[in-house]
Amino acid sequence: MRRESVATRPVAFPAERRRRRLALPSIPARLLLHLSLLGGAILLLFPFYWMVTTSLKTPEEASLFPPTMWPASWRIENYVTAWNLAPFGRYFINTVFVACMQTLGVLTTSALAAYAFTRINFAGKNLVFVGLLGTMMIPFEVTLVPNFIILKHLHWYNSFLALIVPWTASVFAIFLLRQFFRSIPRDLYDAAEMDGCGRLAFLWRIALPLSKPALITIGLFSFLGAWNALLWPLIVTGDEEMRMLQVGLSAFQSEAQTQYHLWMAAATFTMAPVIAIYFVAQRYFIEGVSASGIKG
Amino acid sequence: MPWNVTLRRRSYVNWRETGIGYLYILPALAVILIFHFLPIFYAFYISLFNWRIKQGPFIGLANYETAIMNPDFWGSIKVTIFYAAGIIPATLALSFLIAYALFQRIRGRNLYRMMYFLPFVTATVAAALVWRWIFHSQYGILNFVLGKLGVPAQGWLLEPRGILELAFGALGVALPDWAAGPSLALVSIIIFTIWRDLGFGVVVMLAGLSNISSEVYDAARVDGAGEWTLLRNITIPLLSPTLFFLVIVSTIEAFQSFNPIYIMTDPNWGGPLNTTLNATMYIFQNFFQFTKLGYASAVAFVLFFIVLGLTILQIRVLGRRVHYN
Repeated sequence: MRRESVATRPVAFPAERRRRRLALPSIPARLLLHLSLLGGAILLLFPFYWMVTTSLKTPEEASLFPPTMWPASWRIENYVTAWNLAPFGRYFINTVFVACMQTLGVLTTSALAAYAFTRINFAGKNLVFVGLLGTMMIPFEVTLVPNFIILKHLHWYNSFLALIVPWTASVFAIFLLRQFFRSIPRDLYDAAEMDGCGRLAFLWRIALPLSKPALITIGLFSFLGAWNALLWPLIVTGDEEMRMLQVGLSAFQSEAQTQYHLWMAAATFTMAPVIAIYFVAQRYFIEGVSASGIKG
Repeated sequence: MPWNVTLRRRSYVNWRETGIGYLYILPALAVILIFHFLPIFYAFYISLFNWRIKQGPFIGLANYETAIMNPDFWGSIKVTIFYAAGIIPATLALSFLIAYALFQRIRGRNLYRMMYFLPFVTATVAAALVWRWIFHSQYGILNFVLGKLGVPAQGWLLEPRGILELAFGALGVALPDWAAGPSLALVSIIIFTIWRDLGFGVVVMLAGLSNISSEVYDAARVDGAGEWTLLRNITIPLLSPTLFFLVIVSTIEAFQSFNPIYIMTDPNWGGPLNTTLNATMYIFQNFFQFTKLGYASAVAFVLFFIVLGLTILQIRVLGRRVHYN
């Protein structure tokens, strides 16, 4: 299909094509478009504004009705209070550790698998690949109870192994990476083989560097998935010191009771890292999602 | 070079290659088999027992019978259907409108796209907390804004009455119970979910739109087709694979939704009066709170077949109307 990529340049996402646009709309039409798009965006982003402003209010001001649109004074110490009300430091360390390990796992397993699916002719290859895609249809809740029992049998309950290992492989990641590996010209592989380059060396030195956009996308989604996970960590861990961030945040509702300014402060600081990552790397998120839609 | 061509590949199994191939996929395959595929069969096994914290006696299909006879189970199915029916059409329609607007030749589309996608990236737990605060019946900003427009204050997440019941009640008409519609509490959660998922639809549809080749449009325009004809006869049919994908994915998503309900109804999960108790929450409740592992597995299995059936139905009914160019 598309083979124009030069060996030294990262392979582009399948979705990333020259965009074709409709004719330039007239000036009033454009104005109307901008007005409605901007209105929609303001409506959509308002909760973020409301979260941050509430988090800075005094308890008295937060429960004023009618509410004030702008905090009378900026109470940064709300963040300190919220942070100290629950072991958020511990939650953050747990979450960063689990998210990094999961990401590392997903990248490793899917690089190996995607390589095999593109470059190795093994019996049953297509059957296994279609079977893997089929597992994406299995609703999560069916596997919840059996996994809980399996993890208890393995004595993994309440451990990092339970939080990490089951999420170190991803069918979507294999699929996406396979798409990338397929667009690497065969000649490159043949040339590398001729030079005595082994499979793993080819994967590590040529295929992976050429697939950087896909690796970044997979890494981001995997990290984000771990960061945002709630149900799984809720079920496979019990102790407070094993809590992941989202579990801790949901428990915080009863710990902070009706101090809504503290809820909003906690929501802000758990959201902040993800939003920061999003702003830096948003094109990888958007391209990853676009690719899933087109290929699905 | 005929001697090269006659060597037909794939006519025999190369055992060495096969061995290496499986070695490479083994790590991924093992994780997916052990934690995401084989547990289905184990779930069925568990569902045949009176399994509390430990494995109890074999009871055959009794758990399934209990589920089918239990009004709470059917209530949870009803909530799940209301939830899916509330989210999917609204999200599709809104994201199509936005994607189509962004597809026009305007400035700042990347900036808009980035803003619209933001809610989808943020953690559901934190975002749901914020919305709980917005929906607050006493101090919430929503009641304040609606109050300015002359709408009386609502209970939102605390309101078990159906929205149709409320709407007709305001007009002085009493509706029978079956026509009450989803509770306002469930509608609040639906609004939150639409807010969160809108950006996903927009991004996927934009990708679909930009995949339509420009020649089709140019040809139609030469034939004198107006914007509306282009939209109806070209854009929508050629976008149908994308729409089809979104319908299937969002149905599966909606049937599995847990986080919004768990956070927004905490600690009275599924409340008020079980009107937000969807199937996943019902499974969670039986599993986690009542430790009825066998029963929870049976319900999960029933749900699995409902989702599978729905997906197959969608492929049969909608799949036929999809155009692939």
